[in-house]
Amino acid sequence: MQRRSLGLLAAAFIAAPLLSATSAQAQPVPVGAIEILSGPAAAYGIAIKAGLELALDEINQKGVLGGRKIALTVEDSAGNKDQAINAARKLIGRDKVIAIIGPTLSNEMFAVGPVTNERRVPTLGTSTTASGITDIGQYIFRTSLPESDVIPVTLKTATARGVKTIALMYANDDAFSKSGFDVMKAAAEKAGLNIVTIESFGSKDADFSAQLTKIKSLKPDAVGISALVEPVSGVLLQARQLGFGKETLFIGGNGSNSPKLGAIAGAAADGLIVGSPWFIAKETDGNPAFVAAFRAKYSKDPDQFAAQAYDAMKIMAAAIDRAGAADSEKVTAALAKTDFKGVMGPFQFTDHRDPATAAGVVVLTMQDGKFGIAK
Amino acid sequence: MLAQQLVNGVLLGATYALFALGFTLMFGVLRVINLTYGFYFSAGAFIALALTTHVGLGVALALPMGAIGAGLIAVALDSLLLPRLRHRRSAELDSLMVTLGAVLALYAAMTAWLGPDIRRFPPGLIGAEAWEWLGVRVTQAQVLILVASFVLVSLLIALMSFTRLGLAIRAVAEKPDAAGLMGINVARTSRVVSFLSGALAGAGGVLIGLNFNAIQPYMGESMMLRGFVVIIVGGMGDSRGALIAGLMLGVIEVLTAGYVASGLKEAVAFAILVAVLWTRPQGLFGRAVGQRA
Repeated sequence: MQRRSLGLLAAAFIAAPLLSATSAQAQPVPVGAIEILSGPAAAYGIAIKAGLELALDEINQKGVLGGRKIALTVEDSAGNKDQAINAARKLIGRDKVIAIIGPTLSNEMFAVGPVTNERRVPTLGTSTTASGITDIGQYIFRTSLPESDVIPVTLKTATARGVKTIALMYANDDAFSKSGFDVMKAAAEKAGLNIVTIESFGSKDADFSAQLTKIKSLKPDAVGISALVEPVSGVLLQARQLGFGKETLFIGGNGSNSPKLGAIAGAAADGLIVGSPWFIAKETDGNPAFVAAFRAKYSKDPDQFAAQAYDAMKIMAAAIDRAGAADSEKVTAALAKTDFKGVMGPFQFTDHRDPATAAGVVVLTMQDGKFGIAK
Repeated sequence: MLAQQLVNGVLLGATYALFALGFTLMFGVLRVINLTYGFYFSAGAFIALALTTHVGLGVALALPMGAIGAGLIAVALDSLLLPRLRHRRSAELDSLMVTLGAVLALYAAMTAWLGPDIRRFPPGLIGAEAWEWLGVRVTQAQVLILVASFVLVSLLIALMSFTRLGLAIRAVAEKPDAAGLMGINVARTSRVVSFLSGALAGAGGVLIGLNFNAIQPYMGESMMLRGFVVIIVGGMGDSRGALIAGLMLGVIEVLTAGYVASGLKEAVAFAILVAVLWTRPQGLFGRAVGQRA
C-alpha cells in the first residue's frame, strides 16, 4: 500500500514537468508592469498603461513563441517607492512574471531596480531619464532617452541656423532644472558655442528683468533656459517686454516641452525650440498608424509617455519571441540584442542597456501657442 | 544698460512697495502680524481673473472689484481669527501662529479648489506694447504699478493724517482701551483697518498679476518675505517708509543680479534686513519706538 502510493507519487513527480510542458504551449506568458495609476502623478502612469495595452492588443493577435499570448499585469505604485517595491515582489513572487516594464519615475526605479536585479528579472524603464539608472545592474534596461541625448540634437538645429553665442539661464533651486542646465552647458561647450553669461533665478521668481537686461546688452544669438515650464513662461513674457525680438533664438530644455508653455506665455513663446523624443505629427514608420489606433481606442491624443510605452511593449514582446522560451535569463540576453524600428524611431541598446541612438529626436518649435516640427 | 537696470529696479521695487502697503497698515498700526495678508493678495488677483475671463470686464472695473472683494474677505477672516486674541491681550507671537495656520489652510484649500496651475489675465487686457526712450523700455502694466503705488501711498498718508477715521485708527493703535473710553468703536475701527489692508492687498495682487502674468494660489506666499523686509526696513506702519524701502530693495536686487551675480540677489536683500535690524531696529525711517513708549 505504502509502496504503491510512493510509486504513484514518484510517477506524479516525473509526469508533472511533462504535463506542464505540454500545457505551457497554450499558457500565456506573464509580464508585469509597475506604473503610477493614482495620486498627483497618475497622468503619466495612465498614459503609459494605455500605450502598453494598445501594443498588447496588436501583439496578442499573433502571439509570441508560436502563438502564446502575453498576459500583462499592471500594478499601481501611486508614485510611492515602498509601494513600487511591494508591487515588484508581488509580480515576481505571485504572478511569476518573467519581465517587468516600469516603474514610472527614476526615483522609483532606484528603489525597485535593486530588487528585480537581484531576482534576475529583466526590468525595462520607459520613462526613467535620470543618470545612473542602468548602473543598478545588468538586468536593468531603459528605452527613454536621457536629457543628455536630446539637448545636443536641439543645439545642432541652433548651430545650423547660425547660432554662435549663447546665454544660459536656469533655476538654481530645483534639482531637475540644475541637472538640465549642467547638460546644456556641457553640450553648448561641445558644440563650440561661446557662452557669454550664465544667469540663475528662483523657480518661484516672477521678475527676471535684471538677468534679461544683462543678457540683452551682451547680444547673444541664443538664450538657453533650463527650468520648469512656469518660470520659462515668465522669462519669455518678460523678455518680450524688454524688447527681445526674432533675432534671439530661445532654446528650451526638457521642462519647456509642455503644451502649458503656449497656454501661459502665448505669443511670447513663439520661435522657441525644444528637443523631444517623440512628437504626435512625427512621420516615422508606424507613428501615424499608432496615433490613429490610439485615438480609436481611447478617444484622445497619445502623448510621449504613451508612445514610449507602446514601443517598449513591442520591444519586450520581440525579445521574448527571440528568446525562444518564457525564461528571464534568455529574455534578458535577447533584449540586449534589440534592433527595432518603432514610433519613436530606430532603436537599439548600448552595451550598458541605454538607448544607443538619438536619431528619433525631433526638434519642435513654438508657433501661435502650439508646437510644430522645426524646419 | 545701467539706465534700464535702474528702471527695472524701480519697477520691481514699486511692486514690493505696493504689496507691503496694506501689510504695514495692519502690522504697524494694529500690531497684528497677520500672515493671512498674502492670501488676500492671491484672492484679489483671482477675483479679477474670474471677472475678466468669465464676465469679460475690463481692468478699470476688475481692479476695484478685486480690491473690494479681497477687502471683504479680509474683514470676514480677520473678525473670525483676531478678536479672540485681542480679548486675551495676546502677544504678537500668538497672532503670528494663528494666522500662519490659517493662511496655510487657505492656500491649500484654494489650490485644491482651483488647481496649482499658473494662470494669466486674458492677453490684450492691458496694452502689451512698450514705450522706448533712450534705450529704456517700459510697459503699460509697469507704469500702472508705479503710478498706483504712489497714488495709494499718498491716499493712505492723507487718510491717516487728515481724517477722523485716521485719527481713530491711530488712537486704537496707541491705546485700544483709552480709545474705547473716548467713544471710539474699537471693533469697528479694526474692521475698517482689515478692509483697507485686504483691499490694498487685493489691488496689489491684480496689478502685479497683470505685470508678471503669473497668477496662482501661492503667489502671495513668495511676496510675503519681501513684504516683511520692506515694512521692517521702512519702519512699521510708515507707508512713506514702505515706499522708499520697497524701491530701495528693488533697485538693490536688480543691481546685484545685473552686476554681481544673479544667484546672490536674495542673499543681498536679506543681508540688508539683518544689517538694518542691528543698527536701526525701528526701521530706517521709523518712529515706531517712540509710539511704543
